[in-house]
Amino acid sequence: MTQTAVTPTREPAVRKATPGGARTTRRSGRRRLALPYLLLLPALLLELLVHLVPMLMGIAMSFKELTQFYIRDWASAPWSGLDNFSVSLDFDGAVGQSLLKSFLTTCQFTLLSVGLCWLLGTAAAILLQENFRGRGFLRTLFLVPYALPVYAAVITWAFMFQRDNGLINHVLHDQLGMGDSPAFWLIGDNSFWALLAVSVWKGWPFAFLTVMAGLQNIPRDMYEAAALDGAGIWKQIRHITLPSLRSVNQVLVLVLFLWTFNDFNTPFVLFGEAAPEAADLISLHIYQSSFQTWNFGTGSAMSVLLLLFLLLVTGVYLLLTSRGRKTSDV
Amino acid sequence: MSDAAHARAARPRSPMAPPRSFLWTRRIVLALLAGFVLLPVYVMVSSSLKPLEDVSGKFEWIPSGLTLRPYADIWDTVPLADYFVNSLVVSGAATVLSVAVAIFAAYAVSRYTFRGKRVFTVTVLSTQMFPGILFLLPLFLIYVNIGNATGIALFGSREGLILTYLTFSLPFSIWMLTGYFDSIPRELDEAAKVDGCGPIRALFRVIVPAARPGIVAVAVYAFMTAWGEVLFASVMTNDTTRTLAVGLQGYATQNDVYWNQVMAASLVVSVPVVVGFLLLQRYLVAGLTAGAVK
Amino acid sequence: MRRIRAAVTGAVTLSLVLTATACGGGGEDGGGQATKTLTYWATNQGSSLEVDKKVLQPELDEFERRTGVKVKLEVIPWSDLLNRILTATTSGQGPDVLNIGNTWSASLQATGALLPWDAKNFEAIGGKDRFVDSALGSTGAPGKDPAAVPLYSMAYALYYNKQMFKDAGIAKPPTTWDEVVDAGKKLGKNGKSGIGVEGSNLSNNIHQVFVLAKQHGADFFTADGKPDFTSDGAVAAVKQYVDLMATHKIVAPGNAEYAQNQSLSDFAKDKTGMVLWQTPSQTFASQGMSEEEWGVVPAPVPSGKPGTGTSTNSMVAGINMAVFKNTKNLDGALKFVKFMTSDEEQIALNKTYGSVPPVKTAQKDQAFSGASLAVIRDTLASSAAALPQVAEESQFETVVGTAVKELFADAAAGRPVTTESVKAKLDKAQQQMPKK
Repeated sequence: MTQTAVTPTREPAVRKATPGGARTTRRSGRRRLALPYLLLLPALLLELLVHLVPMLMGIAMSFKELTQFYIRDWASAPWSGLDNFSVSLDFDGAVGQSLLKSFLTTCQFTLLSVGLCWLLGTAAAILLQENFRGRGFLRTLFLVPYALPVYAAVITWAFMFQRDNGLINHVLHDQLGMGDSPAFWLIGDNSFWALLAVSVWKGWPFAFLTVMAGLQNIPRDMYEAAALDGAGIWKQIRHITLPSLRSVNQVLVLVLFLWTFNDFNTPFVLFGEAAPEAADLISLHIYQSSFQTWNFGTGSAMSVLLLLFLLLVTGVYLLLTSRGRKTSDV
Repeated sequence: MSDAAHARAARPRSPMAPPRSFLWTRRIVLALLAGFVLLPVYVMVSSSLKPLEDVSGKFEWIPSGLTLRPYADIWDTVPLADYFVNSLVVSGAATVLSVAVAIFAAYAVSRYTFRGKRVFTVTVLSTQMFPGILFLLPLFLIYVNIGNATGIALFGSREGLILTYLTFSLPFSIWMLTGYFDSIPRELDEAAKVDGCGPIRALFRVIVPAARPGIVAVAVYAFMTAWGEVLFASVMTNDTTRTLAVGLQGYATQNDVYWNQVMAASLVVSVPVVVGFLLLQRYLVAGLTAGAVK
Repeated sequence: MRRIRAAVTGAVTLSLVLTATACGGGGEDGGGQATKTLTYWATNQGSSLEVDKKVLQPELDEFERRTGVKVKLEVIPWSDLLNRILTATTSGQGPDVLNIGNTWSASLQATGALLPWDAKNFEAIGGKDRFVDSALGSTGAPGKDPAAVPLYSMAYALYYNKQMFKDAGIAKPPTTWDEVVDAGKKLGKNGKSGIGVEGSNLSNNIHQVFVLAKQHGADFFTADGKPDFTSDGAVAAVKQYVDLMATHKIVAPGNAEYAQNQSLSDFAKDKTGMVLWQTPSQTFASQGMSEEEWGVVPAPVPSGKPGTGTSTNSMVAGINMAVFKNTKNLDGALKFVKFMTSDEEQIALNKTYGSVPPVKTAQKDQAFSGASLAVIRDTLASSAAALPQVAEESQFETVVGTAVKELFADAAAGRPVTTESVKAKLDKAQQQMPKK
């Protein structure tokens, strides 16, 4: 290994190390030092402009009393210290209580949705790994939910979930005779399950796509070797496919988690301006607490709390999943 | 022989045929999934063929009155073609740029160690945790101020939206590509370097082709992120730059919700995307060729 | 060759990326920087955005012909309007002239982004007294210069299905709530129901309970603008509205989830006999119900005779026109407002949109004395009240509208709706209002 700051990382997890690390060609040290930074520069600039600076402004907002009286000139909004936070965290008060409830609902929803998306996506990708008739068709079909604009897809589900005229009750109540009277799906407690169904329908193709692409990188000879050793297909899936997907899965599950947790479009289109309590996801809740009630200070404080929570979860997650992985980049 | 054809030819024929249990599991699971996927699609197709009075009535599996009117009306109710072009331009540009930027960044993260790498990856990832609704206003303000200072119109323009969307998909793209790059054996690019390739050439000659399925997956992700985004598009566009995601809401007006037209329009605009997916399929499955790893 | 191509591709994309971050290129410019142009945000009044453009563009051309000022029109869908106004307010990059829902007047006034209509500005458009009082009542907080001027006016009325009334043997359309309940019970047979509500539509809920509260002698805000949601009158009003479903069962349970005008399609399909709405004739027509099939009477009041106070039977619905304070073309903007509120334009536009002109002289036109619009016009003139003109009006709509929505959900699920449960919901709503 050379002594410069820039050295190739250790071997990736998939293959055993080969003596290749030291065989780097000699270039001018300075250029090599700068190269990774140059490669990162565009990404960094964009992140700064679109994510980081606005995010810092958002954090600053959470310490201000930013109501409609001040939004025209933010600088003039009085600092309110931790007021926004104490309102949000006062679980005896109406605001804090509903925030807490919304948070718990979101956690439950996210766990179920991510679990199902991952399960369906992985199952479909593995089952479609071998060639058979209709494979190409199914592979395209499964990506259809992903190709429909979110608004169109969700409004169609809302249409299907209508109590009196929708398909779901037509099947469950009229055709299968379940329940005395048709159930509500868009209001009341069932709305949680309606939201979950839509979220999984919309989300699993992404898991499918990602896992499918991940499967392509598994060297075929590993299967051949296993087959020669007499391992059946189930064994191959368990001992070759799933372990090889680890690094893709690590990212995928995290992506799905953050994505689902912060999902705004689905509940917003499905339920309109006010989600039923059982399906009051946190992002919609914050939207209501800021945009609809024009109280951006409190809304920002809630977002900052959410950010802290997600940072914590992500940190713990990465720590747990990265343990034992050789590449401990993150 | 193209890589794709090579991959297909190299696909191993299992020495043992899959057991019945596997075949049946496959049939049942795939059939259920297909049903789940198709249900709303069927509703869209059948509703798009009904007159408005029927759509807003009780659901029927077999439509009683069929009409193609909605497919003609969609173009008059909202300027669908304009929205479609806007969406295509914005999503397309955001995808190309996002994938390009992500490839460079992921290459750096995957193949180099350098100071600040950890900070970079953690920071980029953490941006995904801040709910979009809260940096909507600050971002808007920044765009407006850039506009006032430099005369570059970022708000209300396609460029501003492209910039926004490309950054939205960037963190995950970098992350996923880093994962895919990591799983490409390092000997491949080392070998290319021995052959005299510079690092950038090694990236494009070796890594990018090998990671093609991953890159395509990331591109699809970036495209769909931009294609479906509603909130930012609703405040950052005007009627000349409005995208489909927002524009489709135009079928729900103050007085009426044209269900049949929403469905018809959604289907019409989705067909090109689905066809695009179809064309991308061969890239999705053409990955590492068996020979290359040896 | 391939290597070179790859390297070139890389370099080109990289530089593209860099230039994209550095320079965005063309695009539209917001406010009218030249005095010869104005940007105008119109609301969606017609059956689609395109229809609105077709209706308004000729008028704007006419304005340009007369004054030389070119108006750039954008019709904003309702789903985006408030957010667009908010971002415009925050950034100062807005239109010169815009339409707003008249109930938002006080909320938007509080931001200070809208031009106050003082005597001088009113003078420029022909004087304040050209407008109907009730419409002026919904243009901003009392005691302050209005933040907007009325453009289109609407009011609630009771629409009924003539055939269904005949079949049920109801001789005359109801004028009191008791009669509504009676008629509803007669109509509610064979899977049909008496009256439709839009239980998940927050604004509509607010409009209805506001009027009912007036009839109970209550207001949702105290005279000095503090929220007062749990007064006996307010609780009774909300309960009375939800009881149409919960106790009297003249509303089908399914209505609890309606938010997209499904109650109007039910009405058009002869599934419900009555609906309380503002000027729905366009929608009835597009759902295949002709003008002869429905009738309209003033919305019910306890006394049977609409008037003021406890005989109020509608909120003042409508659209106002406002000028953005930082317009660079104030003169042009005022001219444009004057043009849009002129008798001629008022008659033409209100006629097209099925609304009533808030301008006194225009109201007298023949076009507005047909049976259905005369009801609206008279309601506006004598028995409509403006929603509370307080800065927190939109918060009020959100929290109380949601409370009513949740109560309807309870009623639909068969859970009891009691005075206590109503009061608890309203109490929770009040706690969510900003503290003063």
